Amino acid sequence: MSVFRNVVFIAAISGLLAGVILAALQTYSTDPLIFKAETYENAGGHDHGAAPVAGTEATAPAADAQAVAPAEEEAWAPADGFERFAYSALANIVSGIAFGLILVAVSEFAGGIANWRQGVFWGFAGFAVFTLAPGLGLPPELPAMPAADLVSRQIWWTLTVVATAAGLALIAFKQSLPLAVLGVALIVAPHIVGAPQPESHESPIPADLHHSFVVAVTISNLVFWVVLGAVAGYVRNRFMSEPAQSLNGRLA
Amino acid sequence: MNTVSALGTDVSSQSRIMQLALAALLGLFVVGFLGFSHMEVVHNAAHDYRHSMAFPCH
Repeated sequence: MSVFRNVVFIAAISGLLAGVILAALQTYSTDPLIFKAETYENAGGHDHGAAPVAGTEATAPAADAQAVAPAEEEAWAPADGFERFAYSALANIVSGIAFGLILVAVSEFAGGIANWRQGVFWGFAGFAVFTLAPGLGLPPELPAMPAADLVSRQIWWTLTVVATAAGLALIAFKQSLPLAVLGVALIVAPHIVGAPQPESHESPIPADLHHSFVVAVTISNLVFWVVLGAVAGYVRNRFMSEPAQSLNGRLA
Repeated sequence: MNTVSALGTDVSSQSRIMQLALAALLGLFVVGFLGFSHMEVVHNAAHDYRHSMAFPCH
């Protein structure tokens, strides 16, 4: 299992660093906007998980259906302040390592990331797949914003991620014009189908607050992915027994 | 992982592919759990993270 172990090492190092940076970025950019949005929500919007009322109103049927602890009226939620920050930071670090596992494993199928510069390009790809493409149809949401059915949005999100990743891979690694055209078609298709949208976009959240949030989420994720890819590329050849092959100028 | 195949197939290459697939699946599972779990407790703990990563929420 040495390959698996090495991938985990590379993902742990790059994911830990990128996750810590992302947690810091969120603390100063996105989290204050979320807290601000919650003041609108508590002023009469629909329910929401941060205030411990989620699942108690009819607006959260999807959450109710699969709630594991129906015995409790209100599910546990971290207390505002340090506890809430700590759980967010932990989620960021764990997800940084998890995204790192995906990035490193997939890049190993393509021969491995040879250096930090190639890693930056791999990071751009991860950003395009996991943030940019799904974010076009389903822009980052603030609490209290109207949204379509949760499960249908999660399905669209997942299919968009898969289609965009497959499309990029066809363009980057198959040197064939028809396959490149197919790749572009795969990237475009989810947006022709269209993301599930709410019946009305009327929202208690001011448009400029939402706009600031979309920018903050997109830029903080871009930094996260670039750091993740660059660090993975920087440490990769120290762990893997086979050196990454140069892509002969095809990618970096 | 170091069994020798009598048919002469490339065992180390197969094992490598298996291990890479395993690593990718583990990553996908953790991301899915953090970003997509309908469990209230997971949702609440990772709430700000979910919004900040633009996962579909609520």
